[in-house]
Amino acid sequence: MMLRQLLRQAASNVAEPTPSRRAFLKGTGGALVISAVVPLGSFAAESAAPGIVGPADPRPNLFVRVAKDNTVTVLVKHLDKGQGIMTGLTTIVAEELDADWSQMRGEHAPADSKLYGNHFFGIQGTGGSTAVANSWDELRMAGAAARTMLVNAAAAEWKVPADQITVAKGVVSHKASGKSATFGQLAEAASKQPIPAKVTLKEPGQYSLIGNETLHRLDHVSKTNGTAIFAMDIRRPNQVTAVLARSPRFGGTVKSVDDKAARAIPGVIDVLTLPVGVAVVAKNTWAAIKGREALSIQWDDAKAEKRGTDQMLAEYRAQAKKPGTKAARKGDTGAAFKTAAKVVEAEYSFPYLAHAPMEPLNATLEIKADGGAEIWAGSQFQGIEQPVVAGILGTTPDKVKINTLWAGGSFGRRATTTADYIAEVALIAKALAAKGKKVPVHLVWTREDDIQGGRYRPMVVHRVKGGLDKAGKLIAWEQAIVTQSFIADTPFAQVMIKDGVDATAVEGASDMAYAVPNLSVDYHQMASPVTTLWWRSVGHTHTAYAKEAFIEELAAAAGKDGVAFRLELLGDAHPRLTGVLKLAAEKAGWSKPLAPAADGSKRARGVAVHESFSSFVAHVAEVTVSKDGKIKVDRVVVAVDCGVPVNPNVIKAQIEGGTGFGIGHALRDQITLTDGLVDQSNFDGYEPMRLSDMPEVEVHIVASTARPTGVGEPGVPTAAPAVANAVFRATGQKLHDLPFSKAGVV
Amino acid sequence: MISLDINGKVREVDVPEDMPLLWVLRDELNMTGTKFGCGVAQCGACTVHVDGQPTRSCQLPASAAVGAKITTIEGLSGKAAAAVQKAWADLDVVQCGYCQSGQVMAATALIAENQNPTDADIEAALDGNVCRCATYVRIKAAVKQAAKLART
Ligand code: FES
Ligand code: FES
Repeated sequence: MMLRQLLRQAASNVAEPTPSRRAFLKGTGGALVISAVVPLGSFAAESAAPGIVGPADPRPNLFVRVAKDNTVTVLVKHLDKGQGIMTGLTTIVAEELDADWSQMRGEHAPADSKLYGNHFFGIQGTGGSTAVANSWDELRMAGAAARTMLVNAAAAEWKVPADQITVAKGVVSHKASGKSATFGQLAEAASKQPIPAKVTLKEPGQYSLIGNETLHRLDHVSKTNGTAIFAMDIRRPNQVTAVLARSPRFGGTVKSVDDKAARAIPGVIDVLTLPVGVAVVAKNTWAAIKGREALSIQWDDAKAEKRGTDQMLAEYRAQAKKPGTKAARKGDTGAAFKTAAKVVEAEYSFPYLAHAPMEPLNATLEIKADGGAEIWAGSQFQGIEQPVVAGILGTTPDKVKINTLWAGGSFGRRATTTADYIAEVALIAKALAAKGKKVPVHLVWTREDDIQGGRYRPMVVHRVKGGLDKAGKLIAWEQAIVTQSFIADTPFAQVMIKDGVDATAVEGASDMAYAVPNLSVDYHQMASPVTTLWWRSVGHTHTAYAKEAFIEELAAAAGKDGVAFRLELLGDAHPRLTGVLKLAAEKAGWSKPLAPAADGSKRARGVAVHESFSSFVAHVAEVTVSKDGKIKVDRVVVAVDCGVPVNPNVIKAQIEGGTGFGIGHALRDQITLTDGLVDQSNFDGYEPMRLSDMPEVEVHIVASTARPTGVGEPGVPTAAPAVANAVFRATGQKLHDLPFSKAGVV
Repeated sequence: MISLDINGKVREVDVPEDMPLLWVLRDELNMTGTKFGCGVAQCGACTVHVDGQPTRSCQLPASAAVGAKITTIEGLSGKAAAAVQKAWADLDVVQCGYCQSGQVMAATALIAENQNPTDADIEAALDGNVCRCATYVRIKAAVKQAAKLART
């Protein structure tokens, strides 16, 4: 919630809505191309009611193309990195258009922040689970406008009143005359119709595609037969491949390079020393990797991180005991603790985590004759990458064309405020061009580069203290959050750091939903050259864990059931949180405790509930703890409330995946440093969740007519604490330090 | 020159003997359906069939593949493959999709040998194939559905 609000605020700062001329592209090649129509500022009105909506905004956005071959293509301005947004947004258009699902196609929109800016960011970019919420109005309007134009074209051609015409499953019909036509047949005539000044949007009761469980993803075939094209698969004529040797310690720089052996590797074309490291450019990836192995580089570590994570963690723990910067205050916690019947204290620690998207980072860049460039990438922040690359190449952002391709995962990694790996490839291509080699360059990160390359979920320590009165009522809560900020020193700092508090570090804690009359949340900002970044569900990755694990300890101290204690604290003030909590508990059979396993292993359920990105999720996890103390997560029941469920199949997939992501990392993932060097390098040390770790997952979606919100991230925060709470209820063991493997239970 | 039998065709490639088959496919032959995920036999994204056996192409030097019948996702065919791909599509298994060529290759090899896989069989066959999107719930279900399709 908080992140979204701030991003929206950031948008109003960053973007100035240049009123460009109404430039609806119509009639290109006989196709109807529709644009619509949402003023940037209109997003302040989150509650915009369905019904008649007038477009008439000076910022035309191109979203829908109805072709003569009867296909309808939706131009999707958000990156599909697996979350299924191509399918979700296409569903929204298809609904208002009354199209047949089989005629729908999706395509990543060109990079152009003016046409395709994210209303929450002000520039083109994907993140913060904003895509559906962002496009909900403009795409419904685009679909409805296209439908109106098709109907008007039919009315003119058949000489019948438009209001007697119906549209269903991609066919426009007039019952009385028996006439009918496909969208494709009407496309050209429709393109000559005026853009409607107003459109009528459907009421939720009229939906047949939105909320339809049977729609398949648009990419469900191409991604199972090897034909889907990722950035990694781009092959341009004369393309060369580059890998980059980066400082093994964060903050280190190149002192000297001996590249003789590297140049002798067959296939190596050049070795370039750049501000970002030493690039080996070769005919193919294998030669580039071998060339890099043959480099001998001296690094200057004067400014580099030389501590280990053990030492850093000890410093974080010490810091947590000191007063910090105020993130939230209510009542008087000091006085309240004095009256408390019981005081519970706990300290939680969270390691650095890599995103490790399945497709390692990579991009291809080609410098053009006009000094501009063309890029192929799983681009997530086009609105930052264009100006950064333009700056490097000495051109203007509009001359930087980005082809956004399917991304093999991101989890936040591809969205950086510095365009990192895209900037790297621009630097390499520029250096090569300066030597007369103006060729397309494909920069490839190996998995080792990825695991050791930083931009991690920051390390965090939470110190929490809670007070209960005699009746077991929560009367006081004190929390200190110690972490690094990835917002400080970026363009986002201006709006996302307020009064010295980084909103992305305290979200989910400082705005906790549980009613407590006396509250104090402090923030402590630590510094290190280790680079950090948002990681699927951002601050909620740790705040939800600390809050939900600690609430369970308080419930136990109060002698209360986990669900009942939470419901008490939520009261009537948070109907959507209580809604998912009750639904998950009911579907999991919460009222009937689990019996021990046949071999005597203990079994128990744990629960957690949280709001993130304006969506509401509750997890109930069922865990078996064997006699030797090892845990197995057997089954997880999830309830999600994300407003109108646009595409239930995609929502379920995201919640299943988010659940696996949350639990998988909690089990045994951590990035650690020894003397500043990363200890893990690949999937052997940074062990990803595997099939045998995955519990059964059952997802229940709350029926809702509220504005739709995102699901890419909200499935993550409550998954791990639900498991921790189940272990706690089964054995009394408190899992305070992540990953769980530290406690020997995995 | 190294001569390889890939998807039933003989392909001549001029590469160093130690170049892994993965890079021969992707960089020399422009067959990009087989994916690079880790390069160290830890993720399965690069899975191909070598004489019918699922094999990590990132660890197989081109010279060691000479004389073997290599099948990639582009050349996958037959009853087991059709069953797997249909089940994968029917259940919308994919998310980002980057691991899925490898998943489909591994699952096809399993179903070709065993049309009645138990949960343990599925784990043994597919635990080496990482999916960072954690599509595992659907992968398990799709393998079972594919087995059923292959039986009929
Ligand atoms: S790329 Fe071969 S197993 Fe990962
Ligand atoms: S679908 Fe993304 S890694 Fe498997």
